[in-house]
Amino acid sequence: MVKALKAFRGGIRPGHHKSTSGMETVEMSLPSKVIIPMLQHVGTPCIPIVKKGDRVLVGQKIGDSDKPISSPVHSSVSGTVTDVRPLLLSTGTEVMAVEIKPDGLQEAHGSVRPPECRDRESLVKCIRDAGLVGLGGAGFPTAVKLTPPPGKNIDILLINGAECEPYITSDFREMMENPGEIIEGTKRILEISGAKKAFICIESNKPEAILKLNELLRGSNGISVVPLRTRYPQGGEKQLIYAVTGRQVPSGKLPSDVGVLVQNVGTASFIAEFLKTGMPLVKKKITVDGGAVTKPMNLEVLVGTPLREVFDFCGGFKKEPCKIIMGGPMMGVAQFSLDTPVLKQNNALLALTEEEAAEAPESVCIHCGKCVAACPMSLLPLYINSFVNLGRFDEVGKYHVNDCIECGCCSYVCPASRHLVQSVRYAKAELRKLEAHKKAEAQKQEAQKLEGAGQNDAQKAGAIRAVDQAEAQKPEGAGQAEKPRQHDTNRQEDNRNGK
Amino acid sequence: MENNLLAGSSPHLKSGVNTSNLMLDVVIALMPAAAASVYFFGFRAALLIIVTVLSCVLSEYVYCRLARRPDPISDYSAVVTGMLLAYNLSPAVPLWIAVIGGAFAIIIVKQLFGGLGHNFINPALAARAFLMASWPVQMTTWIIPGQSADAISSATPLALIKAGSEATGTLPGYWDLFIGNIGGTIGETSALALLLGAAYLVIKRVISLEIPLTFIGTVALMTWIFGGKHPFTGDFVYNILSGGLILGAFFMATDYTTSPVTSKGRLILGFGCGFITSVIRLFGGYPEGVSYAILLMNLTVPLIDRYIIPRSFGGAVKNA
Repeated sequence: MVKALKAFRGGIRPGHHKSTSGMETVEMSLPSKVIIPMLQHVGTPCIPIVKKGDRVLVGQKIGDSDKPISSPVHSSVSGTVTDVRPLLLSTGTEVMAVEIKPDGLQEAHGSVRPPECRDRESLVKCIRDAGLVGLGGAGFPTAVKLTPPPGKNIDILLINGAECEPYITSDFREMMENPGEIIEGTKRILEISGAKKAFICIESNKPEAILKLNELLRGSNGISVVPLRTRYPQGGEKQLIYAVTGRQVPSGKLPSDVGVLVQNVGTASFIAEFLKTGMPLVKKKITVDGGAVTKPMNLEVLVGTPLREVFDFCGGFKKEPCKIIMGGPMMGVAQFSLDTPVLKQNNALLALTEEEAAEAPESVCIHCGKCVAACPMSLLPLYINSFVNLGRFDEVGKYHVNDCIECGCCSYVCPASRHLVQSVRYAKAELRKLEAHKKAEAQKQEAQKLEGAGQNDAQKAGAIRAVDQAEAQKPEGAGQAEKPRQHDTNRQEDNRNGK
Repeated sequence: MENNLLAGSSPHLKSGVNTSNLMLDVVIALMPAAAASVYFFGFRAALLIIVTVLSCVLSEYVYCRLARRPDPISDYSAVVTGMLLAYNLSPAVPLWIAVIGGAFAIIIVKQLFGGLGHNFINPALAARAFLMASWPVQMTTWIIPGQSADAISSATPLALIKAGSEATGTLPGYWDLFIGNIGGTIGETSALALLLGAAYLVIKRVISLEIPLTFIGTVALMTWIFGGKHPFTGDFVYNILSGGLILGAFFMATDYTTSPVTSKGRLILGFGCGFITSVIRLFGGYPEGVSYAILLMNLTVPLIDRYIIPRSFGGAVKNA
């Protein structure tokens, strides 16, 4: 090795388990029904614009929202709407979902035609209308990401093909099967963002993809491939930016604050294809793997396909699955039902057996510091965990809890199987409540001042209501609250981008 | 089938390393030193190790049963404590002292403070200090390897230096120091065997090098500067190889529960241990200072961990 590969601090090296990397993507057959939730992105859920009994076509918009951070959803089949009903997502949120029975014709909607985009604004609008969200797993609306707040100049574009999560190979397959589209899409994102340089970032465990893209990029200016050290979470947005550019995204800030835009390889490739065909985001490449799956494979599935039908297409289960995970084993979300549909931002579907998903009982912390060494954000997970267990959320604030990207490295290495990330998630939620409480207190004081000055009662009542609400949510230990961290801008969605 | 699905929170993978694996690795790493001690001090050394380990394991078992603590002794930590305590005993120590030491280490120092992960000082070293205070004569009666157990001498190399007998030419050479052909406690004498075990721990990533390197480095530097008749003429190689420095730096100062979790904290601990060891060796009344240095620094660990909170990646310098 001539040059040290680019990397970041901390991290872990889980087994790759990428046994599906040699398997070409197969198109899955038409499912018997699709269930399309109105929330498949980070932001405001859409409102359904079709009703039971309507006939819909492929690519037809069936839900939209006028809120700034949102992304429309489209029908992935042609057929009849059989139901519009609430659906409980695995994240615990209940959203409306449109259930459609396909008629087998897969007739495209009239709106599906190559968009005519001349300038930057119309291009971003087309991308919004396509329902595109970050395909690395986070699902942040791409159009929003492509319009950074004014005054922030993007000079570097990173195309994230790190794919550092074990098992997942769908991005690798994308790079092997559609390298031309990825490069084309990269060029378009360069145009939109105004960045000068683009780097396609790939972990060193995918040499074929590095070779292939390098070959195609020969002679092209401004775009190059960066091989990265194979280390989880290399694909985490902040880690990736640091490894490639040496820039650190300040705590609570976004990549655009350091002049960087990160997009997943699948997102780039979709943009290229969309500009050619005009077909919105209605299907997704996913890796189906795990010890319980009879025939692991890479699939192209329609958005909304129930998990049960995906697994059936892969030959069903050869062993009883213990955990069904949407996404990778490090950050994916465990599902409680096989009727859950595949979402836009899914990149993998894993069915783990009992041995693979085995959880050892939590034992006492021996203070080994392995979580500290593994944390890519330089946090002290063991102390966050112990203060959370004591209910001392005032103390937890000192430990930079909100900087946690929830990559799971700490829990992975912990010899005592302590619930480290889990306690961080809990702490984040409690700190949010503390913030709300403090805000309400401030409002209450404001109201008292107003009272003294004989100001209008409605305003006062509103403030007092806010206090009561916060009071009801007040966490344990909030009484001793000194100075919890102020910012909560480090939203999970930004960190979740990439994997 | 659906009811059997686990819906726990991520991550869904585990490294497979657990507390017993880690402790077992330490036991393995201590084996070369055990072999060396048997080679140099004979069967007596093996007997002492076995008796001390048994005393620790039994104490833990009985205490946990009486206190109704779940699953005692399954994590091998009592075995590690027993081995380390034995390594800190002279081969001439009567067995009953070893038994009392083991019970003290486990019951008083470890279990009464909450058991594994909660003791504030290293149990083996605390027990050694207790035994030294209680039976000083037995604890400092040494055997010179190769001579029969009756041929009792009261001189470790460091004690010889302390007594000012450098000039008499009775000091063992560097090679004897390195392989362990000298007087001393049964586990500390063979630098070679200890380093073999330490290399295993480092390769298996059971320990990191911050503490051992700063510990040994500080001792080397200080004894080089202040150890000779004139400044910068001290024999630091001699100081590194003699006494319990290597055993202490790699196996005891790195004890998880009583060492800091951050890199910076570990550097502070290593430096502090090295500093105190050197001060005791050079200016103090005892010939050897490693164990007291570690015990003193153990007490600072909660403070170090409380105040060394690293800047988070991309975070502000100080936020507390």
